[in-house]
Amino acid sequence: MDIIFTAIRGVRSGIREAFAVSSVWRVAEVVGGELENATARTIRLRVDGLMGYLAGQHIDIRLTAEDGYTAIRSYSVASASADEHLEITVDELPDGEVSPYLVRDLAVGDQLEIRGPVGGWFVWRPADANPVQLIGGGSGVVPLMSMIRARQASNSAAPFRLLYSLKSPDSSLYRDELHRLDQESAKLMVDYVYTRSTPEGWPAAPGRLTSESLLGKIFPTEEKPDVFVCGQTVFVETVSDWLVMAGYPPESIKTERFGGTGGIQ
Amino acid sequence: MGIISSGFRGRRSENAALPPGQHETQDFPVLTAGPAPLIPADEWEFFITAEDGQRLSWSWDEFMALPQEEITQDIHCVTSWSKLGTTWRGVSVDTLFENVETTRDFATAHSFGGYTTNVPLWDLLGGKAWVAWEFDHEPLERAHGGPARLLVPHLYFWKSAKWVHGLELTDEDIPGFWESNGYHLHGNPWREERYS
Repeated sequence: MDIIFTAIRGVRSGIREAFAVSSVWRVAEVVGGELENATARTIRLRVDGLMGYLAGQHIDIRLTAEDGYTAIRSYSVASASADEHLEITVDELPDGEVSPYLVRDLAVGDQLEIRGPVGGWFVWRPADANPVQLIGGGSGVVPLMSMIRARQASNSAAPFRLLYSLKSPDSSLYRDELHRLDQESAKLMVDYVYTRSTPEGWPAAPGRLTSESLLGKIFPTEEKPDVFVCGQTVFVETVSDWLVMAGYPPESIKTERFGGTGGIQ
Repeated sequence: MGIISSGFRGRRSENAALPPGQHETQDFPVLTAGPAPLIPADEWEFFITAEDGQRLSWSWDEFMALPQEEITQDIHCVTSWSKLGTTWRGVSVDTLFENVETTRDFATAHSFGGYTTNVPLWDLLGGKAWVAWEFDHEPLERAHGGPARLLVPHLYFWKSAKWVHGLELTDEDIPGFWESNGYHLHGNPWREERYS
């Protein structure tokens, strides 16, 4: 059965979409997984009764140890589907409590508990026709990838641009898929900013985004893009401030800070 | 008991002060739906509106002249982090309500930048809520809601509206921003009122 997401928006509308089962813990089975790079793993889950979700939503995962101790963490959904499958991509934090287990130990066939997907704000809906500018720092690209995939899976004509800031080529997520979509799709453009090391023959030296380099790689204000910014706190704060100073309306910018920490990385 | 993940040990917190499903962080993460607004102190005001066209407001200087309190409380974010023993300074909502005549039971907190969140009046009065302008003995940073934010530490932290502008008293509990986007109308962490 197809889920039809209503396009009714509005902060005070009280409209509920895809939240019907959001506060219940459900069993998810691990049906696949692959390493994206040395520290990040995409995990594919099957959740009985799941019927799709909105691009950009997240799930909570609950792990229970043998003595009953539990730990809960939130992860953005990376995939886009209308069925009972979803994927998350987990980046291992060296001193993390949950992420090392999910990246290193969790095996296909294992079960865990999830709640969600939830979230109705940092989401893209196929009925939205505006150009979409995605700006991701590090693993902040995960929910943006869900939006790219949702766009591919729909008949949306909305032009998409992704600006992906990452440390080095080997820290990339979804490298082959992004390269392929960038080549194949006239409606998707991908730009990379490498902060520590670049691919062979890259035309620019590695370095952090600046206001100038940012504004040269995104839809101009005249195109009235919907902007989604996701990454570490400092990245998101800096980028969204630059956007506002450059004349992008604050209400057109949606942000999501990533990871459980707000410290400067 | 949920599904056991054999091999998952986890880290036990020493602290029994955490609500269900929360873990302790030493950082102060920032979670905001959009860019942080910039409000110069000379353009800042705090208002309360009630029935019969009542509107009280305070400029920054008037607000700073009110009795100030130091607050030490645990805070709990719905994204599952908690920060224990945080220290704030600000004006009790009780102080702000001294001259308000109302029979209304609910409030919508309005922020500069357009954010809203709904809080029942009984969660704002009785020494339970403040308008805070200092965190950890420093002026509140813009990223954390400066110049001033609402501080309602006994509810999930999205109720503690950043860049708070005022309180609109209402007859009904009208969902605010996150409450219209999948989150619980009330948000009590001890009852795990996370999602709608």
